[in-house]
Amino acid sequence: MTLEEERQLRLKAAKVRLDILDEVYSAKSGHPGGSLSAADVLTYLYEKELNVDPSNPRWEDRDRFVLSKGHAAPALYAGLAEKGFFPVKDLTTLRRIGSYLQGHPNMRETPGVDMSTGSLGQGVSTACGMALGLKYQKKNARVYTLLGDGEIEEGEVWEAMMFASKYKLDNLCVMIDNNNLQIDGPIDQVMSSYPIDEKMKAFGLEVETIDGHDFGQIEAAMDRAKKTKGKAYCIILKTVKGKGVSFMENQVGWHGKAPNEEQYKAARKELEETLAKLEAEA
Amino acid sequence: MITDKKIATRDSYGHALVELAKEHDNVVALDADLADSTRTGMLKKEFPDRHFDCGIQEANMAAVAAGLSTTGLVPFISSFAMFAAGRAFEQVRNSIGYGHCNVKICATHAGLSVGEDGATHQCLEDIALMRTIPGMVVINPADDTEARAAVKAAYDYVGPVYIRLGRLAVPVFNDPDTYHFQIGKAETLKDGRDITIIATGLLVKEAMDAAAVLDQQGISCRVVNMATIKPLDQEAVLKAAKETGHIITAEEHNIIGGMGEAVAACLSENLPTPLKRVGVRDEFGCSGPAADVLKLYGLSADNLVKTANEMLNK
Repeated sequence: MTLEEERQLRLKAAKVRLDILDEVYSAKSGHPGGSLSAADVLTYLYEKELNVDPSNPRWEDRDRFVLSKGHAAPALYAGLAEKGFFPVKDLTTLRRIGSYLQGHPNMRETPGVDMSTGSLGQGVSTACGMALGLKYQKKNARVYTLLGDGEIEEGEVWEAMMFASKYKLDNLCVMIDNNNLQIDGPIDQVMSSYPIDEKMKAFGLEVETIDGHDFGQIEAAMDRAKKTKGKAYCIILKTVKGKGVSFMENQVGWHGKAPNEEQYKAARKELEETLAKLEAEA
Repeated sequence: MITDKKIATRDSYGHALVELAKEHDNVVALDADLADSTRTGMLKKEFPDRHFDCGIQEANMAAVAAGLSTTGLVPFISSFAMFAAGRAFEQVRNSIGYGHCNVKICATHAGLSVGEDGATHQCLEDIALMRTIPGMVVINPADDTEARAAVKAAYDYVGPVYIRLGRLAVPVFNDPDTYHFQIGKAETLKDGRDITIIATGLLVKEAMDAAAVLDQQGISCRVVNMATIKPLDQEAVLKAAKETGHIITAEEHNIIGGMGEAVAACLSENLPTPLKRVGVRDEFGCSGPAADVLKLYGLSADNLVKTANEMLNK
């Protein structure tokens, strides 16, 4: 990745973060913390990784993405809109009656959403099903899924990991957004899912841990995932909940709460400054 | 057509699944370590690479099937009804139902007729659970002919379908040469003027036996086979209510949430009519030979005759 490519990705990610903020503020509800921690990897997926076509969202040979941590829908919608699946201006209809942007992703109404998710633990199983279906039909498309580090407390996730191993789903990339916080507090206090890497290895996946906000590391990990044969690949993304908005960073209270007007303005100012700085670097 | 032949509807499913797989390349089956019991093992034998054993993971299996269906395959998933509809309910609702995914849930060992395994395995809630999911088709075939036809109709229908199948061998009364199954269409098996028994699943044969006894008693009893519980054939229900004035429903399910309740709702809203529900009266089942357990809980022709007599004050 060249420095310019990286700058472009950071620019796009800054836009995605602004979109997330606008969405949640406009809806007066939603999940900013886990959306902001996932913003970089989602930006990378839609800008660089996924072989998708915004003008043909149901193209049958496309790569699939399943947001297993469905509450980060604002980040997914921002990534899709910035990629061109639907107008960015529609993002502020989030969670409104009549909007195709539901509180959690709805595959039947939103262009580019490959699976309805939101009930934790289920998305990763559906991703396994997609990977199996594509492999069975000898298609080269790949399947990516993003889970929360709290989400993997669900037993179904480990059923899915056993399944991925048994069927050697090497077209499946399982990503964990490890921001270390869930609704009730830090992961290791509520119901520790640690050590995630050793658990994933024990379940038969190839595992690596990276900085989930470093595009160079994300790219390298995605490349290794594609080269790995016979095994599903797990990327543990070390992230910061609320990343990019200083007063939201590492604060459990920003899991599922919208900012008030004053907070919104402060967050917007900070993100706009980030954006301006990146633009000035050109 | 009444013969001595008895076949469990799970066997019918196994045969129909193999036939479907021969005709359509996109048919695949998933099972949760019960391939022999649910009869998906028949497909596994014929097409080993089209059968995916999920191990004892019903929840994962249901959601995997939802994902599979989005790649153009038509997954048939099977386990015992208790686990396919019960344990995996939320996966069926959120992953299969909400996306209206093209998944066919063929659940075997439903109802008391599981027999000896007892209450933990005798699912009496699956109709209730499945009919509350928007867009889910719910079918409870009564015999071999109907079960085979229902499995094929489920393939032809695009969207989620739940088919309730049994472990116990039951009489074959529909003639495969003339029988035609249509989702959402009830069938009047015997006409009558005084009362109608609307039955589903293995109670259909009991209802016909009861109607024969009632005829001898001078009570003209209609029998309607309500194979599709959702969408309910409201027209057939209202016609029977209008023409016979008394309705008995009969099912191998808790009376709470079952087919009888669907019929009751239809009548209450459209044509209030005296109604009695024969089914399991909000109890758990128990171990014992299937036929004896069914009798113990009143799921028999005798009890239907008694109920009809009570209703008509005979």
